[in-house]
Amino acid sequence: MKTLVWVEHEEGQLKDATLSAVTAASKLGEVHLLVAGQNVGDVGAQAAKIAGVGKVHVADDAAFAHGLAENVAPLIAGLMDHHDAFLAPSTTTGKNIAPRVAALLDVMQISDILSVESDDTFTRPIYAGNAIATVKSSDSKKVITVRGTAFEKAAAEGGSAQVEAVSGTGDKGLSSFVGQEVAHSERPELTSANIIVSGGRALGSSEQFHALIDPLADKLGAAVGASRAAVDAGYAPNDYQVGQTGKIVAPGIYIAIGISGAIQHLAGMKDSKVIVAINKDEDAPIFQVADIGLVGDLFKIVPELTEKL
Amino acid sequence: MKLLVPVKRVIDYNVKPRVKADGTGVDLANVKMSMNPFDEIAVEEAIRLKEKGLATEIVAVSIGPAKAQETLRTALAMGADRAILVQTDADVEPLAVAKLLQKIVEEEQPQLVILGKQAIDDDSNQTGQMLGALLGWGQGTFASKVEVDGQAVSVTREVDGGLETVKLNLPAIVTTDLRLNEPRYASLPNIMKAKSKLLAQKTPEDYGVDIAPRLSILKVVEPSKRQAGVKVGSVDELIDKLRETGVVG
Ligand SMILES: Cc1cc2nc3c(=O)[nH]c(=O)nc-3n(C[C@H](O)[C@H](O)[C@H](O)COP(=O)(O)OP(=O)(O)OC[C@H]3O[C@@H](n4cnc5c(N)ncnc54)[C@H](O)[C@@H]3O)c2cc1C
Ligand SMILES: Nc1ncnc2c1ncn2[C@@H]1O[C@H](COP(=O)(O)O)[C@@H](O)[C@H]1O
Repeated sequence: MKTLVWVEHEEGQLKDATLSAVTAASKLGEVHLLVAGQNVGDVGAQAAKIAGVGKVHVADDAAFAHGLAENVAPLIAGLMDHHDAFLAPSTTTGKNIAPRVAALLDVMQISDILSVESDDTFTRPIYAGNAIATVKSSDSKKVITVRGTAFEKAAAEGGSAQVEAVSGTGDKGLSSFVGQEVAHSERPELTSANIIVSGGRALGSSEQFHALIDPLADKLGAAVGASRAAVDAGYAPNDYQVGQTGKIVAPGIYIAIGISGAIQHLAGMKDSKVIVAINKDEDAPIFQVADIGLVGDLFKIVPELTEKL
Repeated sequence: MKLLVPVKRVIDYNVKPRVKADGTGVDLANVKMSMNPFDEIAVEEAIRLKEKGLATEIVAVSIGPAKAQETLRTALAMGADRAILVQTDADVEPLAVAKLLQKIVEEEQPQLVILGKQAIDDDSNQTGQMLGALLGWGQGTFASKVEVDGQAVSVTREVDGGLETVKLNLPAIVTTDLRLNEPRYASLPNIMKAKSKLLAQKTPEDYGVDIAPRLSILKVVEPSKRQAGVKVGSVDELIDKLRETGVVG
C-alpha cells in the first residue's frame, strides 16, 4: 500500500504532529509526504530527512499558502490516483482538509485513529473517549486523521527521500485568507510538552491565572493549558483549551489546578502518564483519575509549590 | 437570504456514556437525548443573523429516528421557521449525511449552511467539510465569529495556534465552535408556537441517496481505566511525589 501524509508546517518549520502521522502511515505501507504551501522548499528538505519516507511531493503555489482546504483538497484528491491512503494529523488543519478530500474521493473518513489493526481496520475514540470503537473500512482508498498522542514520533533525521515538485489546480476562488492572531510563546508547545500546568475556572480572573499558573509553569519548564470554562471566561486564550473539543495531550505530568474534571476535559488529558490535581473539593471528579491529589485552596497551594520547587 | 441548519439528536452532554457489555456499542436505552451542543450554537447563530435582518428564513434539518422530531421542535422553539426530518432508524455516517444535505441544499437553495463542528457521539468532525466539497462551496470551520456582508462571509476560526480569519464567497458552509455564541433557551410561548410550525417528513429514498455504511463497527470497548491514585497532605509531600516520577528534577 502507498500512503500520502499531510505535512503540517508553520513559518518554514515542519511541525511535530507530522511525525506521529508518519508512524501511523508506516504501519500501512510505503510513506510519501505532501508539503503544500508557498515558498516551502525548506520544509520539503526537512520532510525528506524524516526516517522511513520514500518520497516527498512539494506543491509550491500561492494558492496553497495558509492551507486553504478549498484549494488543497483537490490537489490531494488528484495525488490519490497514485496512493491508497491519505493520512493527516488530527490538528485543526488536518481536520479542516481531510474530510474535504474524503468527500471528493467518495470515501468515509476514519477520524482520530488510535491504532492501526490492519490495512482496513483501526481503533478510534467515540463519545469523548468514553468508548473505543474498532472500525473496518470497506472503501478502496482510506482517508484518515491520526491522534498525535497515540503514535510514537518518527525520527526527524536519518532519511533521504527523493523530492518531487507537483502542481495542483490552483486557486478555486472560493475563499481567501484575511489574517491571523497567533500567540508566540517561549514555552513548550501544549501538544508536545512533557509537563503541562493547566488552570480552570477557579483561577477567577486573567490576572490571577497568569500570576499563579505562569510562574509554576516557568519553574517546571512546562506548557500552559486551560479548561473550557477558563477559556470562555477569558482567563486564557482559546488555543490553551484541553479536552474533547480542544487539544488532546498526553504529557509525562499533567497538573490540573482548580479544574473539576468534566468528561469533556478528561477526554483531552486522561492519557497523561501522571495526573496531579489540586482542588478544594475532595469529591471533585478530577480526583478519580488523578495519581496524586492535594485537597486545598489553590491560592495558598500554588504559590507555595512554585516557591519550594 | 435563506439559512439551513442541520441538527443532530445525540446523547445529552451531561450523561456519562456506558459501553454495552456485549461490545456492540453504547447503551442509549432510557438515556437523556438532546440537540448536539454545537448545533444549538448553529441555530443560535442563524437566529442572530435573522434578527440582524441579514437572513429571511431558517430551515432546520435532521437525519435520524422519529424522535429527532423533538430536536427539530427545539430548533423551531428557539426560532427556526420550519423543519425537515429525513427519517431513518439506521446510523447514518457523515458522508451519507452530507449527501442528503447536498440534495436538500439543491432543493432549498440556502446561501449559508451552518453546522456544528462535531457531533459529540461519533466525534467525527467531518460533515460540514464534506458538504463543502460536494457542493463546491467554501468552508469556514470551527467558527468563533461570523460576519455576513453582501456577497461574502468572514469567518474567524479557532485554530491550533490561535485565531485565523478567512473570507468566503456566498453560498458557503460554516461550522460552529463553542465560543461563537451562547444559545438561548426557548421560552414557553415559543415552545407552544413551535408546535404549529411546519415539519416536513422525508426519507433517504426520497432523495435517492444510498446511506449504506462504509465503516463497520467490529466492537466497542471501554477505555482502560486509570489506577486509583493517592492523596497527599501537604505541598512538601506533593513535591516528593513529583520528584519520584523522575520527570521533575
Ligand atoms: C460540547 C461541549 C464540549 C466541551 N469541550 C470541553 C473541552 O474541550 N475542554 C474542557 O475543559 N471543557 C469542555 N467542555 C466544558 C465542560 O463540560 C466543563 O464545563 C468545563 O470543563 C469546566 O471547567 P472547570 O473545571 O474549569 O470549571 P468548574 O467545573 O467550575 O470547576 C472549577 C473547580 O475548581 C474548584 N475550585 C474552586 N475554587 C477553588 C480554590 N480556591 N482552590 C482549589 N480549587 C478550587 C472547584 O471545586 C471546581 O472543582 C465542553 C462542554 C460541552 C457541552
Ligand atoms: N444525522 C444528522 N442530522 C443532522 N445534522 C447532522 C447529522 N449528523 C451530523 N450533522 C451535522 O454535522 C455536524 C458535524 O457532525 P459530525 O461530522 O458527525 O461530527 C453536526 O454538528 C451537525 O450539524
